[in-house]
Order: sequence, then C-alpha cells, then structure tokens
Amino acid sequence: MSHPVPLNVTRGSTTAHVTFLLLALAALGLAALPWISGAGGSGRAVALLVYILLAVMWNALAGFAGLVSIGQTLFFGVAAYVTIRLSNAGVDPYLAVILAIVSGAVLGWLTSLFMLSLKDGEFAIGMWVLSSLAHLCVNLDPLIQGETGTSLIALNAYDIETRNTFTLWVALAVTVVILAALVVLLRSGTGAAITALRDDEIGARSIGIDVMRTKRIVFVLAATGTAAAGALWLASNTTFQPRAYFGVHWTAYMLFMVLVGGLGRVEGALIGALVFFLIETLFGAYGAWYLVGLGGIAVVCALFFPNGLWGLIGPKLPSDPIPTGYKISKIHDASWEEI
Amino acid sequence: MTAHNSFVLQSSGLSMSFGAFKVLEDINLDVTQGEIVGVLGPNGAGKTTFMNLLTGAYRPTHGRVNLMGRDVTGLPTAKRCHAGLGRTHQVPRPFGGMTVFENVLVAARQGNVSHGGDPVQLAWRVLEQTGLADVANRLARTLGLLDRKRLELSRALATDPQVLLLDEIGGGLTLTEGDHLIELIQSIHGQGVTIIWIEHIMRMLLGSCTRLICMAGGQIIADGAPRDVIEAPVVQSAYFGVAA
Repeated sequence: MSHPVPLNVTRGSTTAHVTFLLLALAALGLAALPWISGAGGSGRAVALLVYILLAVMWNALAGFAGLVSIGQTLFFGVAAYVTIRLSNAGVDPYLAVILAIVSGAVLGWLTSLFMLSLKDGEFAIGMWVLSSLAHLCVNLDPLIQGETGTSLIALNAYDIETRNTFTLWVALAVTVVILAALVVLLRSGTGAAITALRDDEIGARSIGIDVMRTKRIVFVLAATGTAAAGALWLASNTTFQPRAYFGVHWTAYMLFMVLVGGLGRVEGALIGALVFFLIETLFGAYGAWYLVGLGGIAVVCALFFPNGLWGLIGPKLPSDPIPTGYKISKIHDASWEEI
Repeated sequence: MTAHNSFVLQSSGLSMSFGAFKVLEDINLDVTQGEIVGVLGPNGAGKTTFMNLLTGAYRPTHGRVNLMGRDVTGLPTAKRCHAGLGRTHQVPRPFGGMTVFENVLVAARQGNVSHGGDPVQLAWRVLEQTGLADVANRLARTLGLLDRKRLELSRALATDPQVLLLDEIGGGLTLTEGDHLIELIQSIHGQGVTIIWIEHIMRMLLGSCTRLICMAGGQIIADGAPRDVIEAPVVQSAYFGVAA
C-alpha cells in the first residue's frame, strides 16, 4: 500500500464534554444527597437509579440488538432472590448484591445459549415464560414462603441512616460502572457492529458481522444491568415478595420509559427514566388513575412522537451528547501534499 | 467432489426447493479468477435464490458451494464474507443511523479479518475510490439512490473480497448514473476482484461482462461469450420472448 492518507478523526464535541460534566455533577449531587435531604431522599434516588438501569438496559436489548423481551423480570427477580439467599447463608448483604449482579451475568450467558436462536415474538414470549418459571421456582423455596415473601433481615445489622446512605452509594457506583461499560462498548469496534445490527441485520451479516456473537454481548450486558436493578431494588426496599419482583408491571415500565424517551438512543432511555420517575413522584399517589395516565402518555407518544422525546430534543442539539461515532476529514496540509 | 484451485467460486449440483416447489435445479457454475460473469433471466428464474445460496442466506437442498477451493456450504453469511465473498443487495441496506464513513469503517473492521492494516485508512481509500469521500460524515439515510448503491459497493469493497456478487445494482438509475457505476465496477475488477453480476439492464452487462449466463425455470439455459448467449435461440425465446 502507498503512503497513509493524512486524516483527522474526531470522536467527541463540546456538547459531549458539557454532557459528561453535567452527568458527573448529577452523580456527585446524588452521592451528597444523604447530607442534603435525609433518609427519604436516598430511597427515591435509588428508585431513580434503578429506573435508569432498567430503561438503558432494555433499550440496549430492544433498540440495538432488536431483541424485544417482555421477560427481563427473569434477571430482576432472580437477582433479588439470590441476594436474599446469599444473605441468609451469612454473606454480607452488600456483598450479596454484588454477587447477585455477577449471577445475573452468568444467568444471562446461559440463557443466551438457547434463547437467541428464537425469533421475534417467540423470543419475547419465551423470555416471559422463563421469567414465570423462575417466579414459580422461587415460590417453592421454603425460605420465601410462597407469595408471603421475606425480608433482607441482615440489613438490620446497620442502623437506618448508614444503611440508606450506603445503599445509595452502592447503587450509584453500580449504575455508573454499568452505564460507563455500555458507552465504552458502544464506542468500540463491537459497538459499531451493534449499531449496524440495529439499523439492518441482513446488511450486517453481509459485511461479516457475527450477528449471534454481537447479540450475545448485548444480551449478557442487559441481563447484568437488569440484575443489578433487581438486587438494588431489594437493598432499598428490603422486602422480597416474588410477585413484586417478577410482576409484568416492570416490563410495562421498561417499555414506557424506552418508548417515551426514544428507542435506540442511550440519551432517550435516560430521559425516559427521568420522565417516568417524575410522573411517579408527582402522581404515584393517585393509584389506578396514575396507571391510566401512564398508559395515556404512552399512547400519545406512540402516535405523535414515534421517535420519543429524544426525537424532539436530539436534532436541536449541535452534536450528540453521548457520541459513539466518528467525524473524519482529510488534512489538506502543504507539507503532506509534497509526499 | 474435489475443487480445482483455479476456480474462485464453484457451485456444484446446487438445488433448492421450498416444499414441493423447485426453485433451482442442479446449478453447476465454475467461475475463474478475473471473470465478470453476468447473470440474466426473466423474473422468477431463480437468480436471487441462486445468489442467496452462494452467500449463505439460504442452505441448499442439494449441492455444494466452493470458495477459493474451500467448501463453504455449511458456513453462514458472515463467515463467507471473511473467506472473501462480498455482496451488494438489490435494495440497498445502508446502516441509516450511521454516517457513510462509519458504514464503511464497520465493514473494514468486521469483514476484513485476514489482511490487517488500519481500518480507518482502508475505509477512507474505499470512499475516495467510490466517490463518497465528500459525503463521508453524512448520515447514510440521507443519501440518494446512486450514492446508496455506491455505499453498498463501498461496504463490500472494505471487506476486501476476492469475489463480489452484485444483485441488480443498476436498477432505478439514469443512463449517466449507470455509466458512473459501470466505470466504478470496472475499476474494482481492475484490482483483481472477480465479479458475478445479476442484472436486467442488458447495456450494462454487455459493456462489462467477459461471460454471460442465462437462467430460466431454475436452470442455466445458456453459458458463454456475451454475444453468443444473447443470440442463442433458447435465450431469445426464454428471456426476450421471441418465438422460437
């Protein structure tokens, strides 16, 4: 080959730097919350982080890998159950949370071995069946006492202030690590393959992308993140009733957040989680009407903003807040022209 | 069956049925390094099915496919791409949410596994060759038809193919656009890439092909020098509708 062409490749922008700064400040703000708002605030902050994890992971799965699952509660519920089980066996509850997240990754990998060969609707329903199956098995465990459930009693070893603060910090650290892993993955060579897969699976195969391997990476990451959400939800709420973790309402929340925020964009999922959190905080007390309202918003969004809120906001920004792509230009420099 | 090394692509006894319906029957085609083989035939002749068997989108009911002397019948599309088989699609399949450059870069990274080198450089050179360097940072979904076809070619080229399958790449283009595309395809051929080209536009095929085959009813009914194939009575009757 001849001389290399002088090229200028950029992968960031001012928008991205500002976004990074804002996200870092938000994380610091959340970390400082126990001193600002007391115990109640910490619990709500963990809820927000759990919603963010669920939305971003469901979006990675459906929006990027084209895998629409209505049974991600499999990982959410099993992780909570594993946390209870490990803690009951004498493991420190926070260490149990971390081990439950690892178990989510392992379960994700095992599940991927047979689930990823299923297509579209079969996959979606298949995941739901697996989740229901796990739900039933958990109910059979005498420790759980069927739907009566149990609590993460070991947390009582910590006084309530310490516990709330520590749970928030663990939740924050886990969320930051998993989101960072997703962004690093999307910016890598494999990430470009994932994005290509999002846009056209047949085209992706034609240029040599190993579609199964690529989907598996996303699936395992999504399982890990969703498991993290389940274990953190337990650490924050302490009670474990199987129906409250394997319930289909979680699937509805994930769908809501991603569709309202914008499918196929990390930014969209983040916004969807924030919107859901705000609606729940403001209107959650209205019971059934709150759920009716959620459904109404989802319908309005689907009809009038098919690309979600991000479809409205994104194009107005100078460049991507979370850039995963490349900008390229040839350097026209006199010294190079000589070569 | 043993493969001859001089053939870059071989289809031996390739057949395909969907239930009782036979789409392809006993297709034998040996393609030598450096050929441009045009494939023509009426709609429903089995051309696209044949291409899908060559690329691995379908598994044949019977028969084998050899690429560079290696049996690839059991390999999926992506592995055949790594083994040196590139393709373009009849309806372009750009990665719409990625830029033109990213489309080609991902092909250089994922498809060109054996040759190494800097994928950024490779992707840029391909774009300069195909004339898309000026729109490198545009989202692929904003491209017009000719540029989408160029992008299909660019992506296939970035995988460094030995054999390139073109599926009706000339369809829907104006005369001038078609001429640009022919020039580009000839320059790709000039780099030593063997080409198999399904096309309805006779002008494009006759101007470029070193060999022509005509398919009808799931079989190859003529194979030879382009002029001879066009003038063969069997082709005149099956493809041009001339009474024999």
